[in-house]
Amino acid sequence: MDALLRLQNLKKYYATQKAVDDISFDIERGSIFGLLGPNGAGKTTLLRMITGIFYPDSGAILLDGTPFNPMVDIEKIGYMPEERGMYKKMKIGEQALYLAQLKGMSKADATEKIKYWFKKFEMESWWNKKVEDLSKGMSQKLQFVITVLHEPKLIILDEPFSGLDPLNANLIKDEIYALAKKGSTIIFSTHRMEQVEEICDHIVLVNLGKKILDGTVANIKQQFKENIFSIETEAGVSLTESPAFSIVRKEASKTLVKINEGFRPNDLLQQLITQNTQVVGFNELLPSLNDIFIHLVEGTQANARAFQPIQE
Amino acid sequence: MNKTWLIIQREYSSRVKNKRFLILTFLTPILIVGLIAATTYFSITGVEHRNIAVIDPNNFIKNSLKNTNQINFSFPNNVDSNNYQQKGFTDILIIPKFDKDTKTDYILRSKKSMGLMLQESISTKINSAIEDQMLQDAGIQQDILDSIHKASQYSELKAYEDKGSTSKESNAGLAMGIGYASGLLIYITMFIYGTMVMRGVMEEKTNRIAEVIISSVKPFELMMGKIIGIGAVGLTQFLLWIILIISLTSAAAGFLPADVQQQVATLQQSNGQMAGGMMQASESAVKIYNIQHTISTANWPLIIGCFIFYFIGGYLFYAALFAAVGSTVNEDPQDAQSLMFPITMPLIFSYVITTMVTQNPNTPIAFWASIIPFSSPMVMMARVAYGVPSAVSYWELALSMLTLIAGFIFTTWLSGRIYRTGILLYGKKVTWKILIKWAFKKA
Repeated sequence: MDALLRLQNLKKYYATQKAVDDISFDIERGSIFGLLGPNGAGKTTLLRMITGIFYPDSGAILLDGTPFNPMVDIEKIGYMPEERGMYKKMKIGEQALYLAQLKGMSKADATEKIKYWFKKFEMESWWNKKVEDLSKGMSQKLQFVITVLHEPKLIILDEPFSGLDPLNANLIKDEIYALAKKGSTIIFSTHRMEQVEEICDHIVLVNLGKKILDGTVANIKQQFKENIFSIETEAGVSLTESPAFSIVRKEASKTLVKINEGFRPNDLLQQLITQNTQVVGFNELLPSLNDIFIHLVEGTQANARAFQPIQE
Repeated sequence: MNKTWLIIQREYSSRVKNKRFLILTFLTPILIVGLIAATTYFSITGVEHRNIAVIDPNNFIKNSLKNTNQINFSFPNNVDSNNYQQKGFTDILIIPKFDKDTKTDYILRSKKSMGLMLQESISTKINSAIEDQMLQDAGIQQDILDSIHKASQYSELKAYEDKGSTSKESNAGLAMGIGYASGLLIYITMFIYGTMVMRGVMEEKTNRIAEVIISSVKPFELMMGKIIGIGAVGLTQFLLWIILIISLTSAAAGFLPADVQQQVATLQQSNGQMAGGMMQASESAVKIYNIQHTISTANWPLIIGCFIFYFIGGYLFYAALFAAVGSTVNEDPQDAQSLMFPITMPLIFSYVITTMVTQNPNTPIAFWASIIPFSSPMVMMARVAYGVPSAVSYWELALSMLTLIAGFIFTTWLSGRIYRTGILLYGKKVTWKILIKWAFKKA
């Protein structure tokens, strides 16, 4: 696999907790990668290490196969933190220019790029306005533009859709796809599982500072499937349970069944055919990432974690 | 370095372009000059006139008591302390018979109570009149007395300091004034620009822009950029003030009558002596010349050079500490108060020492306070005004400068370490104990 970013045994301990405790994973070039986890799982600490804000206590970060060097590599990264902010009194155009120059762009380059993006997002009239005049959603859009302005290889977005209306959320989503297509790698951190399911190729789930899940969305769903199928029949027909399956729930024309251990979907169909039950639809129900998330995190005292001392 | 430069530029231009900066910069000198002009004007015109009836049955001081534009003495016959008000007098002064062996008081009765200054001036007048009278009684002629007065009136103490073969006129009053003014100015600006740095850091933290910027530059670069940028704002403000004050005072000098201006110029050329045969210099021309001459005795290049050094050094020393405090504050600006206390205490204490040092520049406390970087910017300025090397030796000045440089390097290093942790930490109330832990933990 062609990994743009490789994390090897990263650790970062604070005085009262192990924020990141021995995490390793790879992020493929050009992929949209989801970093998931409950509040306080260590996501932000992990992202801050990737962006060079924090140094890991131990472990290595490889960007493009070479050890991450914040002095140089910082310019290859665009980071949109969850807690976003701007200088309220500064004009928007100047602010974008300033932040782009801090990322190493020349003034001319930055001006050109800002104009391009402002035009694309219909923000041209904003140039001389101040951030304090913008709504939350508008400043979110601005923040996104500033993050991707310098065409970073690695774009890190922490909750990019919070506060956006569906229209603007779609706008940003389309941009994320377009950027990935052009070769940027995107790390996407969120609690919103339906967005992850929709956007991400690959996910890692962290909890209590440890990685507890790593894989493509499709694989993970397969891994956590519970062999539940939805059978749609003609109305009025009721199924009878057999050793091959048990009924989970019954609706007007749909029945959810769980195929028991040692049997296959065809065993079920075979039985329905022999019973001469008319099947209109038959499909497998895979668990949603939301279900998997809750299943894995629930009961781990993730929320009480912040107050527990380290047990070395 | 390139990025620090960008930060400096932003910090500088966002403040200099601000309306408040322009208003403050241009209004302050106008306010100061206006205030001086107004007090001068009112002290000349806004005085109360007193019409005093003097009861001097023995005509003891009648010939010697002189009227001024404020006080008019008259010697009516039919006035006493019961009817002086009806006769149109504001006060009545009753002089008993004096003789030189016993002390006798004279009495002043007034319609309205008299101010201290006026009372003192009347008291001086009477005493000198009595003195004159007694001298005359002792046989000294009036014309001899007059010539003695004239000769002694304009004499003053002229102090010189000897440096090897050259000797230079020195003026303790001027030195005290310059020392106090520059110490006060440094004290005020430390506060103004220090808190400006602190508020700037707090703004970045509470606005949550710090994290965006710190993913582009190192925290230390952000902190230094802010400190240097705001320091440059301070220097700009000083420069504008100096230009404004010089142009305002020279504009004010232009309003002087032409003959006075010419007399001042002549005095300057002839080093204070009016050439014989030329017109006598008027009193006001002499006064202006004296002020100009006194000011010119100070070693201005040294004082201005030292002022710039101690302003920059002291600013860097304190601004770093203010930045560290700013980085630890959460949403609540009240948090800053308790953390600021250990910074403002030495500042206030140094100011108190400065006021003492302006009068006694060579005490042991003055020496130590001008070496310790917490107080040296203010205290050393107060001492430098008395002259180098006459009041402060070269090695003392060098030592003070070196410790200040070492001091701000240390505070910058220390604050950088606190700042780095504090700027990204939210929701935790910080105490000084925690700050010290941050400062000395490993990276």
